[in-house]
Amino acid sequence: MDLSFNAEHEAFRRKVRAWLKANVPKRDKDGPLVEVGDPERIARLKDWQCKLYDAGYVAMGWPKEYGGQGADIVQQTIVNEELILARAPALIGMLGVQMVGPTLIQHGTEEQKRQYLPKILSADEIWCQGYSEPGAGSDLASLKTRAELVGDEFIVNGQKVWTSNAQFSDHMFCLVRTDAQAPKHKGISYILIDMKTPGITVRPLIQMTGDPGFNEVFFEDVRVPRKNLVGELNQGWLVANATLAHERNMLGATTRTQQMFNSLLRLAQIRERNGKPVSEDPVIRQKLADLMIRVESMKYHSYRQLTDNIKGRSPGIGASINKLVSTELNHDLCGMAIEVLGSYGPLARDSKYVEDRGLWPYEFMFTLGLVIGGGTSQIQKNIISERGLGMPREAKN
Amino acid sequence: MDFSLSEEQELLQKSAREFLAAECPTDFVREMMRSADGFSRSFHERIAQLGWTGLVVPEKYGGMGLTLLDLALLAEEMGRVVMPGPFFSSSVLATLALHDGSSAKLKKEWLPRLAAGDAVGSLALLEDSDRLDAEGIKLRCTKTSRGFKLDGKKMFVTDAHIADFLIVAARGRGRGEAAVCLLVVPRDLPGVTITQLRSIDQTRRPCEVVFRGVDLPRHASLAEEGKGWKVLQRLLDAAAVILSADCLGGAQRSLEMAVDYSKVREQFGRPIGSFQAVKHIAAEMVSEIEPARSLVWYAAYAYTAEPGRAAVAASMAKARLSDVYARSANRAVQVHGGIGFTWEHDMHLWFKRAKWNESAFGDATYHRERVAKLADF
Repeated sequence: MDLSFNAEHEAFRRKVRAWLKANVPKRDKDGPLVEVGDPERIARLKDWQCKLYDAGYVAMGWPKEYGGQGADIVQQTIVNEELILARAPALIGMLGVQMVGPTLIQHGTEEQKRQYLPKILSADEIWCQGYSEPGAGSDLASLKTRAELVGDEFIVNGQKVWTSNAQFSDHMFCLVRTDAQAPKHKGISYILIDMKTPGITVRPLIQMTGDPGFNEVFFEDVRVPRKNLVGELNQGWLVANATLAHERNMLGATTRTQQMFNSLLRLAQIRERNGKPVSEDPVIRQKLADLMIRVESMKYHSYRQLTDNIKGRSPGIGASINKLVSTELNHDLCGMAIEVLGSYGPLARDSKYVEDRGLWPYEFMFTLGLVIGGGTSQIQKNIISERGLGMPREAKN
Repeated sequence: MDFSLSEEQELLQKSAREFLAAECPTDFVREMMRSADGFSRSFHERIAQLGWTGLVVPEKYGGMGLTLLDLALLAEEMGRVVMPGPFFSSSVLATLALHDGSSAKLKKEWLPRLAAGDAVGSLALLEDSDRLDAEGIKLRCTKTSRGFKLDGKKMFVTDAHIADFLIVAARGRGRGEAAVCLLVVPRDLPGVTITQLRSIDQTRRPCEVVFRGVDLPRHASLAEEGKGWKVLQRLLDAAAVILSADCLGGAQRSLEMAVDYSKVREQFGRPIGSFQAVKHIAAEMVSEIEPARSLVWYAAYAYTAEPGRAAVAASMAKARLSDVYARSANRAVQVHGGIGFTWEHDMHLWFKRAKWNESAFGDATYHRERVAKLADF
């Protein structure tokens, strides 16, 4: 057991850190707050991803022939960690890099790979995910958006919901029903839809944060070429579940949680409660220590998974708890910050006297969305207990 | 970056698990619970033969010279089976105290016997106040012409009643931490009176030990004033780590027992494990236990490899694992329903050990405050 990184990896980290120090755009801490869909913001983020990609730090784990580096998991983790430490802007093309890209590499035709992969990497084209529907959230397989194959085209009718970034995306990777007679998991196809196709309407939805963070997308007789099918017809469920991108994303994500805890602790040391620093209150100290212990546990838990990955061991039950635990932990950290801030806690980001530009209440709300999205905590617990512990599934009535 | 166990460590755990499954079934645990002193010398000798009692004793004293991490992995397996007996008192506390103490003479006298399983030792630290800091050590140690004299009382000395000697924390000349010294006291000296207390965890035997004018030779000093507290601090960190490991094994076993039961027990025409409420209890247990495993590994590793972080890591582990085991055992009893509440069913063995561990060497609240101090909150 040895938690140190070898000299080569340490040198790599120093190189990444130096590049980021020289290249991460300065954050405009006092500027006006910008909307998610603001064209200038999108252009800036696309530029950033392109720059990062040219430096060799995007999609490092992709095979070289498709624009990646075939880099080892440790290097990828180091880059993820350093990006967070440098407070670099998030990747606007994240869904492309982490979801549809790897899916195309695994299941796409050569033509699809040639057509889409390079622009995913450079952020020339942005992708959104068309999965959930009003009637199909946790029970995603019950989705109803129809894609009828007529000659060389699919004709798509239906509606998707919670589609983040649809308002400025170029393409959507979409799960559609192509066989209404088959059992629900077996009648789904994975297709790629050009967002400029006639018949598509994008309507923003406001999140509790006040931001139009996601959208409803309506399809009315939208024509999609048959060649935009990924994998076999009616095999879409398997195609969608095949990518392991999610697990890899976790490695390095604990850095953000650690960063949040450090900010929380600093906040508690600066703010006062009854005339003394909040961090001196014995009850708050207990809560902070408990949070710190949970954060540290996840840090070492991720090191263990990193090691398993390096050694080619398949992830055990430990990997199945990542989403559940880290989303709830992040939410709890924000909740604690609001407690520390007292009456200043609920102040909104444009208010006089607001602390940290209202980051804490904003993140408190946003992190609850992350607890729910990507598989609710309750679904995660079902998966952990059924697939991880072998507990019997519920009887269907 | 290699945060995993070596092949030897995995083998150690695997063989320990097999041995204990065969040699420490709950029948044996209950037999020890019922017995007057809760001690089986033959069982102790058998684990000594495996090298367990000398796991961290240096090779030159007849031990295996392994690390705290190896000891923690072994302790986890012992926690899985609620192993009774003086292993923690003797092969962890007394052994590590001797190991870190400054008397070569005492090391030579006792370490080989501890490693061989010939002798049993324990640590006498707490007093009536139940304080873990230096202020809690009031037992007076006065210098005499021949050595020392001890007067006072120690509490919660586990396995004193069967120990051959005790490592006693006493207060010599001076104030505060600087006055703390450690002495080796053979149990059968005149003036030493031992009374067994009874715990709800009958695999753990705490004692009251009274010292009335106990005469000790000069060479009984294991660590003199100015050195004793440092040895004790290190010992307290090791104790916290090993207890955390016991908690980890016990929590994991509790989870397994609950899940196994839920798959066979049927109510309302189906296994109770098919109900979401029960599934979610199990999922929550896993989601706490798995990261806790990594925390225990880290604390055991840091004890040796990252000494600057050893103390905070030990306290993080003890705080977290105290809570996790207590919760897991509680949930496991509940999943078993009414029978989980009976004496006849085994579940209460883990439930009670969880409670014992929680209180031993600092509960979660104590250790969280220690984390806050060490992390400069």
